[in-house]
Amino acid sequence: MPPKIEIDDLTKVFVKKTGSVTALQNISLTIEDGEFVCLVGPSGCGKTTLLRILAGLEKHSAGNYKINAEQSKRPLQSMVFQEKGILPWMTVQDNVAFGLAMRKAPKDLIAKQTAYYLEKTGLTQFASLYPSELSGGMKQRVSIARAFANDPEILLMDEPFAALDEQNKFILQEELLSIWSETKKTVLFITHSIDEALMLSDRILLMSAQPGQIIQEVRIDRPRPRKIEEIRKDPELAAQFVDIWQHLQKEVQKSRT
Amino acid sequence: MTQSGKIVQDPVRVERAEWKRQQTKARLQQLLTIVSPVFLLVLWEVLSRTGVMDIRFFPPPTAIVQTFWELLVSGAIAEHVGVSLYRIALGFLAGVIPGIIIGLMMGLFTPIRHFVSPLVMALMPIPTLALLPIIIILFGIGDLSKVITIAGSVFFPVVINTAAGVLNIDKIYLDVANNYGASKSQFFFKIALPGALPVMLEGIQMGQAIALLTIVAAEMMGATSGIGYLIWTSYKAFLLQNMFVGLIMISFFGYLFSLLLRGLQKKLLPWR
Repeated sequence: MPPKIEIDDLTKVFVKKTGSVTALQNISLTIEDGEFVCLVGPSGCGKTTLLRILAGLEKHSAGNYKINAEQSKRPLQSMVFQEKGILPWMTVQDNVAFGLAMRKAPKDLIAKQTAYYLEKTGLTQFASLYPSELSGGMKQRVSIARAFANDPEILLMDEPFAALDEQNKFILQEELLSIWSETKKTVLFITHSIDEALMLSDRILLMSAQPGQIIQEVRIDRPRPRKIEEIRKDPELAAQFVDIWQHLQKEVQKSRT
Repeated sequence: MTQSGKIVQDPVRVERAEWKRQQTKARLQQLLTIVSPVFLLVLWEVLSRTGVMDIRFFPPPTAIVQTFWELLVSGAIAEHVGVSLYRIALGFLAGVIPGIIIGLMMGLFTPIRHFVSPLVMALMPIPTLALLPIIIILFGIGDLSKVITIAGSVFFPVVINTAAGVLNIDKIYLDVANNYGASKSQFFFKIALPGALPVMLEGIQMGQAIALLTIVAAEMMGATSGIGYLIWTSYKAFLLQNMFVGLIMISFFGYLFSLLLRGLQKKLLPWR
């Protein structure tokens, strides 16, 4: 089977009045089917740009990328946005059904998928509420349910838990993993939290800042679900944490000078 | 053994008493909103009856109510109010509908916005009332000239707020629509329209207030009926009680329309 995502020499340059900024430089990587990959980097390193290109929201300047489809009927990708990504004028239920409704899926399929993922994310009893009545964690559950319900080839997640408090974050991470392990979707997940990356991923990609490049790759071969306590106690993971931390530190320092 | 400052009462009871105090306070404050107009009316009545205020210019409220009753029984109010409401309704719709359509187009299509917005900006400051003489020459002193005057005044706040409503939709919702593959018409009905609606309704609310201001002035200048006409002829005949009746009718309908639009807002924006 070919890799799910193939990115080949991808470059993105932003041109502004004050000059041009190379947000991404010669990014090449492949992600296998069913892999959960975290992209970690300092803020402003272009990780969101990479995700937005894959999401079709931004055009790359050079290079190429490909998302290999298994079924032609499926959408290629769905994105889980940062907070505020759900539509305030739609009920929870309509938000979850949004992707399916947009591609005019049959009504019974929409109803089935929506009910299933509402149940999975514990939102069933909130189905007819509007987002303004929900907490931050609940809103992100809606966002996750919407992406999974759309049944895409790959899932793109743009720091979905960044705005949540620690406790909620752990709960949502666990829930995400449990839904993911059921569907085995390929996930590209952006975060600036090393803990989050260690908790979730099969593979961590480290990015440098301006120009954004992939500078290191770390494999995490641990069974899931992982517990934050275990991650903190495990000497090998602790070493990896320090290693990644130092890399990021270096990058941040570099971008300062 | 008693510690200084220690509270020995039942905490729930203490808090319940406090809660009750808060409730009473809130109710008293609500009462103030009813008290204030009543207070004003009573003050007015007393001042004009005692002669502190000139009774010719400020007839006491009770006298105004009496005049109102007389005009109501004679059918004069029904006639003038009916005519004015008819003109307001038509003029309002004739201003709001094109305002929404052009505003949406300005918000959705950048070239249209660049083309139309200087025209809107340049024409907006011109008071429609200043154009009234020419409107009367062109369209006569009947209903049509009033309808056009109102439409012209209502159009601008609606068009500007509608365009602003579309432009102010958070960019992330556009990303969501793109990412989930919304078509053009889906984008319009699921994102642009509901997203612009709150600001659009504010514009309509403003238009409603302007419509009432305009109708009175328009009917004062070239008309043979309507609330504005009633006010103007009462002035000329120095029947200030009748004039006050006209003013009160305007105030009443302004308040009523505001309430109706607030209701509509609640209905259309359940997610707010």
